[in-house]
Amino acid sequence: MDLQIALLLGQDGITNGAIYALLSLALVLVFTVTRVIFIPQGEFVAFGALTLASFQAGKTPGTLWLLIGAGVAVALVDITLALRSGVFRRIPGIVGWNLAYPALASAIVFLLKPSEFPLLAQIVLALALVVPLGPMLYRLAFQPLAEASVLVLLIVAVAVHLALVGLGLLFFGAEGSRTPAFSDASFDLGLVNVNGQTLWVVGASLLLIVVLGVFFERTIYGKALRATAMNRTGARLMGISTVMAGKLSFLLAALIGAFSGILIAPITTIYYDTGFLIGLKGFVGAIVGGLASYPIAAAGAILVGLLEAFSSFWASAFKEVIVFTLIIPVLVWRSLTTRHVEEDE
Amino acid sequence: MSEARNILEVEGLCVSYGKVEALHSAGIKVGQGQIVTVIGPNGAGKTTMLSSIMGVLPHTRGVIRFQGLEVGDAEVEQRVALGINLVPESRALFGEMSVEDNLLLGAFMRHRLGHRDHEQTMDEVFQIFPRLKERRAQHAGTLSGGERQMLAVARALMAKPALLMLDEPSLGLAPLIVREIFRVISDLKRTGVSILLVEQNARAALQVADYGYVLETGEIALEGASDQLIDDPKVVESYLGLGGRR
Amino acid sequence: MRPRLLLAGFLGLLLIAPRVVSEFHVTLLNYIGLYAIVALGLVLLTGVGGLTSFGQAAFVGLGAYTTAYLSTAQNLPGWCVALGGSPWIGLLAGIVVTTLVAFVLGLLTLRLSGHYLPLGTIAWGISLYFLFGNLEFLGGHTGMSGIPALSLLGFELRESRSFYYVIWAVVLVAVWLTQNLLDSREGRAIRALKGGVVMAEAMGVDTARSKVAVFLIAALFASVSGWLYAHLQRFVNPTPFGLHIGIEYLFMAVVGGSAHVWGALVGAGVITILKQWLQDWLPRLLGASGNFEMIVFGVMMIFVLQRARDGLWPILTRFVPRRAAKRELPHGALLPKKAAPEFGEVLLEAKNVFKRFGGLVANNNMSLTVRAGEVMALIGPNGAGKSTMFNCVSGVDSATEGEVLFRGEVVSALNSREIARLGMSRTFQHVRLLPTMTVLENVAIGGHLRGSKGVLPAMLHLERGEEASLLAEAARQIVRVGLRDSMFELAGSLALGQQRTLEIARALCADPCLLLLDEPAAGLRYLEKEALAELLRKLRGEGMGILLVEHDMDFVMGLADRVVVMEFGEKIAEGLPEEVQCDPAVVEAYLGGVD
Repeated sequence: MDLQIALLLGQDGITNGAIYALLSLALVLVFTVTRVIFIPQGEFVAFGALTLASFQAGKTPGTLWLLIGAGVAVALVDITLALRSGVFRRIPGIVGWNLAYPALASAIVFLLKPSEFPLLAQIVLALALVVPLGPMLYRLAFQPLAEASVLVLLIVAVAVHLALVGLGLLFFGAEGSRTPAFSDASFDLGLVNVNGQTLWVVGASLLLIVVLGVFFERTIYGKALRATAMNRTGARLMGISTVMAGKLSFLLAALIGAFSGILIAPITTIYYDTGFLIGLKGFVGAIVGGLASYPIAAAGAILVGLLEAFSSFWASAFKEVIVFTLIIPVLVWRSLTTRHVEEDE
Repeated sequence: MSEARNILEVEGLCVSYGKVEALHSAGIKVGQGQIVTVIGPNGAGKTTMLSSIMGVLPHTRGVIRFQGLEVGDAEVEQRVALGINLVPESRALFGEMSVEDNLLLGAFMRHRLGHRDHEQTMDEVFQIFPRLKERRAQHAGTLSGGERQMLAVARALMAKPALLMLDEPSLGLAPLIVREIFRVISDLKRTGVSILLVEQNARAALQVADYGYVLETGEIALEGASDQLIDDPKVVESYLGLGGRR
Repeated sequence: MRPRLLLAGFLGLLLIAPRVVSEFHVTLLNYIGLYAIVALGLVLLTGVGGLTSFGQAAFVGLGAYTTAYLSTAQNLPGWCVALGGSPWIGLLAGIVVTTLVAFVLGLLTLRLSGHYLPLGTIAWGISLYFLFGNLEFLGGHTGMSGIPALSLLGFELRESRSFYYVIWAVVLVAVWLTQNLLDSREGRAIRALKGGVVMAEAMGVDTARSKVAVFLIAALFASVSGWLYAHLQRFVNPTPFGLHIGIEYLFMAVVGGSAHVWGALVGAGVITILKQWLQDWLPRLLGASGNFEMIVFGVMMIFVLQRARDGLWPILTRFVPRRAAKRELPHGALLPKKAAPEFGEVLLEAKNVFKRFGGLVANNNMSLTVRAGEVMALIGPNGAGKSTMFNCVSGVDSATEGEVLFRGEVVSALNSREIARLGMSRTFQHVRLLPTMTVLENVAIGGHLRGSKGVLPAMLHLERGEEASLLAEAARQIVRVGLRDSMFELAGSLALGQQRTLEIARALCADPCLLLLDEPAAGLRYLEKEALAELLRKLRGEGMGILLVEHDMDFVMGLADRVVVMEFGEKIAEGLPEEVQCDPAVVEAYLGGVD
């Protein structure tokens, strides 16, 4: 291996690492706020990419049906509860978010021609379809179990993952898709040729991280989320509802996931089940950070990206084996350094 | 209309943890603008009572009326919106956030309800707790025990509560700081807030309160104006376990 | 008798099934059996032991690939030529390989606490799957074919009808072994892993060892299932050993009822039949081909966890009358006892104990002694440092400075398991018992250190003599504390006062000379307190030393021989109850005051 190859691999590693870093941040966020280990994160990656690809191919993305279905389910559950407890003033909000919004989205998809939209508008529309699925999923799968143990929540997360992968297959079929690059430019930096999409991915990831940082540090809702993560009881006593915090964190996780998918779709072919492995690599990063520290998680994720790039050069068949075996010593180190208190039943 | 002057009325409150009933049909009243204290030995059910009034713990039977409105089924957040606030025994601060952010989040519900006056409220709170103003940029986790308790009370005041509930504010604090805390509590009364104070430090609590209840093994054993209770030998008995030997 | 009849009926049906149902259904039953073996391991691991694994499919793969490789390889390396050819050698080799791999993985991942363990299983589940698919000598992603059929007593089991009996015999043996294990001293230790680790350690159970044991058993069940699979299919490739199948195994256990042995069979049956049916219908319904049953499984799983977290088995058994539990007093040989100390002998001596947490001094120069035949009470207001002191004495935590002596021996550096062995036994402030076990079984955990038979004899029920002695001892202690009428009730159904008494019986079952009681009167009603005080007086009369940490003054004053009062981590008074009660410093500490 010469320096040029090393730089090339490094570039690959950092590109993927940036994506893993984004995902690891979302995983840390969701875990600290809701205690859910968000295994379905990867499905949002795939859904984001494949929805955009559907628009570009002039097809109706299946995620629209999922949005409508999930919206109807949430509306049914919430309206029943509202009627039963006699809180009628909640109904307009429920109908607006869960029925009217998907209806509006369908109108845009069917009446206008998304395939002729400029790329940016297509991206926004793809996000508009996929991101609301996050809070809806929280409502349907996790909110009824908010008091359950981390293990039960984990099994539910795995079940949601399984259902979403199946739905992904149904909606998008078994063939993979790749979207055109955001830019065809490439730059010669001495030894190595940096292509435009790499810069897009790294730049957009950094931008999103900065935006999230501002959200968490400067806005009251961001602070409320951090407060919930630090002290759930304290946050409730301030009037920060657990449900609101849960939905908000799932919304952000869905946004980060779908956006990551859109960023890498021009680099890798995305299949309905590609997201899972991508999400798991974000996980390795998140676990390096103990599911608690954002900067360490991000650094760990970039490390995973680099490790993956270099092992694909030396032992490409064993790339996954190497990445996922690495997690075990990391986990052991983690469990030895964190004091374990038995979870009370 | 003596009812209307009570900001809080609790009647026949029962709370159970699994098979264990921690509170058996307890009843208390807090008058508008009063400081009322619930004292009693460790494990009597004082914290349970506050948690259940706040909605953190569900009650099995009984009525909780706030400003004449039955709130027994309301969520914690709804009770906060109505103006009930609890400073728990654990303080429940956001340790890795600055003092200022902690205070800001105290006004979270007011922000949601559309009030944008938190800066003014914070100034008022800083007047009561000048020490916190000095430490406004410091992380809450780095404060001393007394300062943490001050911050917890200050954060609750940011919500401009009508009823402030304090759970063992003197717990674990050195005597000098305990005195400071109780000075603040009696000062707060002048701002018009009604206070329900739960304390193990019976003498200090009765000195600042208008009215007191003695809770013993989940039941109200004694009640009365605090200047009467403070001299009542039965209070001493209930604390030191002299009762059984008379 | 009804449940026994149902079992007989079930076995009868199993026996005649291959004679009456179609080839297709026999195959289906074969698969149900194979999956049930794996799910059974998960019941033990997850439902009973509280350790969640998504990676069992990888162990199935280990069993299957080991036998596939050994029975088909043409040119084995010289040293293992002798191993080639026979499926039976493949079975042995599979067991050895799985034990080794599971032991290493177990050592690494069982240290992981809480949710890190299942994440670890996901990781090695994926790693092993990719390893199967990428190793040349295992046939890569195309797999290996030409695996010989199993032959038994000279018969070649080439047909699924004949293989059926082998599979279901293994299932039934596995059920028998598992039930035997659960009904034993080691089984109780395993059942304590879920939510009772602190308690079990205090009773002398080596919980790390128990974890490894269940993990190995679950892995071996999976491996044997893989061995059967390889010789039934006579072909292996990596697909059935991937993570998604691992998840499916867990679903089987959870849907069937992960805390019940028979739940594994129900879960395997329901999921397998449903999968078959969905794989038939869904593609037709949806007009596309693919594994759409995943959607249904996922949604079903969410629903089960939201609505019926204990799975189907408890729902099914609701329709069957319970077999009346055995209610006769257990009998068995007496267990040996330690020599009891003399009346008045100093049992426990803490000398100048300091405990610091960072800058905070929780215990500042604390000393106390407890003698045989006395009740010593440690009291003080909330946050005075009583619990810290208690933890230093009982080995849950160690003192920063100072010495703790038990019967003249320094115990400051020992952990709670070793301290338990010396004859110090404790109860907990928040009752720690296993609510779904009977009072008798809970108390028997206290006697853990007085038995020695391991997991294997337990699975084969070769330890019945020792087991009878342990249960008889537990029963004796239950009678001693006056819980005889509740001996066969579930511990969770008792009132709090009885649960606290149960904890004392459990502590007594360890044959201690010193009892440490952490707030035994908390939450008790007046009459319950009276009964508890009576019991403690009786034990004191028998020469037991008792250290009582309490805040209930009423209770302490009527019972204790001597009292030590703590405030702010320090001893502020010591003496007879009457003296302490009038001590102005104590009055100040309890009532507080501002001048």
